[in-house]
Amino acid sequence: MSPGARTLYDKIWESHLVETRPDGTSLLYIDRHLVHEVTSPQAFEGLRLAERPLRHPEAILAVIDHNISTRNRESASLEETSRLQVEALVENVAAFQVPYIPLLDDRQGIVHVIGPEQGFTLPGSTVVCGDSHTSTHGAFGALAFGIGTSEVEHVFATQTLPQRHSKNMRVRFEGTLPPGLSAKDLALFLIGQIGTAGGTGHVIEFAGSAVRALSMEGRMTLCNMSIEAGARAGLVAPDETTYTYVAGRPMAPAGPLWDQALAYWKSLPTDEGASFDQEFVFDISDLAPQVTWGTNPEAVVDIAGHVPDPAAATDPARREAMQRALDYMGLQPGTPLAELPVQVVFIGSCTNGRIEDMRAAAQVAKGRKVAPGVRALVVPGSGLVKRQAEAEGLDRIFLEAGFEWRLPGCSMCLGMNDDRVDPGQRSASTSNRNFEGRQGRDARTHLVSPAMAAAAAVTGHFTDVRRLLEVR
Amino acid sequence: MKPFTTLTGPAAPLLRANIDTDLLIPKQFLKTLVRTGLGRHLFAEVRYDDQGRERPDFVLNQPAYRQAVILLGGPNFGCGSSREHAPWALLDFGIRCVIAPSYADIFYNNCFANGILPVTLPLAAIEDLASEGALTVDLPAQSVSGGGRSYRFDIEPARKSTLVEGLDAIGVSLASLPAIEAYEARRAQATPWL
Repeated sequence: MSPGARTLYDKIWESHLVETRPDGTSLLYIDRHLVHEVTSPQAFEGLRLAERPLRHPEAILAVIDHNISTRNRESASLEETSRLQVEALVENVAAFQVPYIPLLDDRQGIVHVIGPEQGFTLPGSTVVCGDSHTSTHGAFGALAFGIGTSEVEHVFATQTLPQRHSKNMRVRFEGTLPPGLSAKDLALFLIGQIGTAGGTGHVIEFAGSAVRALSMEGRMTLCNMSIEAGARAGLVAPDETTYTYVAGRPMAPAGPLWDQALAYWKSLPTDEGASFDQEFVFDISDLAPQVTWGTNPEAVVDIAGHVPDPAAATDPARREAMQRALDYMGLQPGTPLAELPVQVVFIGSCTNGRIEDMRAAAQVAKGRKVAPGVRALVVPGSGLVKRQAEAEGLDRIFLEAGFEWRLPGCSMCLGMNDDRVDPGQRSASTSNRNFEGRQGRDARTHLVSPAMAAAAAVTGHFTDVRRLLEVR
Repeated sequence: MKPFTTLTGPAAPLLRANIDTDLLIPKQFLKTLVRTGLGRHLFAEVRYDDQGRERPDFVLNQPAYRQAVILLGGPNFGCGSSREHAPWALLDFGIRCVIAPSYADIFYNNCFANGILPVTLPLAAIEDLASEGALTVDLPAQSVSGGGRSYRFDIEPARKSTLVEGLDAIGVSLASLPAIEAYEARRAQATPWL
């Protein structure tokens, strides 16, 4: 450990300190605030009731993503309650002069997809949103975390949040990610290793050769899932991959400001010799595709694995929890994951709804057909992802294979719209949570990568996607 | 916000790990524009069957716990989504205190924003207290007691005073307006692209 050496997290934290209070809490400045229709209405209402102004409307970017149909954009087709929530956001952004991407705009999409696309998310900044997957933006070396609605109101009114400094954790993925695997496999593997509360109280910095080799899309997937490990936030130090992605985006700095920003961003990576409260190192060169079997993301095995036996658990509470998960999921101990048939496949979400995810799934779908009895949805994360995918002909590949090609939105990740998994159905999903009821009442969700989801769609059961890729 | 000092009443045990916010309040109830009225949907998918009838075996449907003011839970309570609808649903049901071995960060913050006290106690202590129908939580004294047993809990002083004094967090931050303005002036110089 070198005295004075700081982590990336510490640098962002210190540069955003407004004040430290006598009680030990700190007031942290918030640069960027993403807003969507579900967690904001009560915050706007709170401002109105207290007659407080919104301090910096220009620090906000608002969009509608959770409630909307992915079949069409007609509000008449929405449930009444969804329509009211959509209308409330439109009214609120107008009343408070908040920058807003309209529903019919090509730039509309999932809040965590559009922020980066627009250059709204920048290295070294603080980013919040009333959504736990705000951790996604940490891929840029931004301190990004989800907040509740009261905190949304707090940021509206003050542009700050009272915070406590988290601990530093570093997770190093060393080696080379094998062909057919992706950042999703890294994320699921990690949660399997450290558990859903393994990151609690920590900000996780992802490092190592396998992380440096990831695209921005991959880094976003990894940071997105850091909340599923319980972490306050995930971070990847900015580098050339980051700068290349950000350059030229509509809301990114340009000209002399770009040069100034770039020089600053290059000062952000963790100093040599900085200490971490916890560190994990994994060699992932031999990693196999990951599939969850239970009702939280730590219940994961690789595709060659079997449904575990609760009887093997020594802790009675653990045994009971495993048995409850197996009952809910309709699984028998010892069943190979590869033998489980699926009825629904969902490719999309803030975890895996980006262009690289579309490409990975299309590569598997190309020239194949969705298996009989399987309903397969591809939901691009934004209008821009959709447009890019269509320019590359990916929509044709999906449609010819029998997938549905939908409009952008959160969709079946949480089923706030009409994209739901029916009771008892088994789904292969590229989303982030396999909680009971998440994709629909009694829905049985297995989390996988986009390539693995596509493989399940075309074979009708979980399949090691590498076998499908080898025969090409 | 209503101050929190002491609380006495039925304490419902639901000692499973990873009680996530999807379980606390399923997504179909997030389509609301207000903070109130969510109590009847708390734990909806395990509290009611698919016909909407109460499941008699679920703890909050049992006569002793229908008026619960305290909820005992397992580790990593409140994991998952940031939805503040979870504490809103607890509060609307009448629960003002959760006792669990550990919490997810965002849920923990959301509790304090709504005057709910999340007490952290070891699982063994919670299991011990779970056999008592009613408990008393004393925040100033930092203790949970019932049936002649008492456990002391730790809580960060700033969190404690927020609840005991019923502070308006936004009002407290706005009192720092000069510091916020000074920061914004520095920021305009240091990182003008932001």
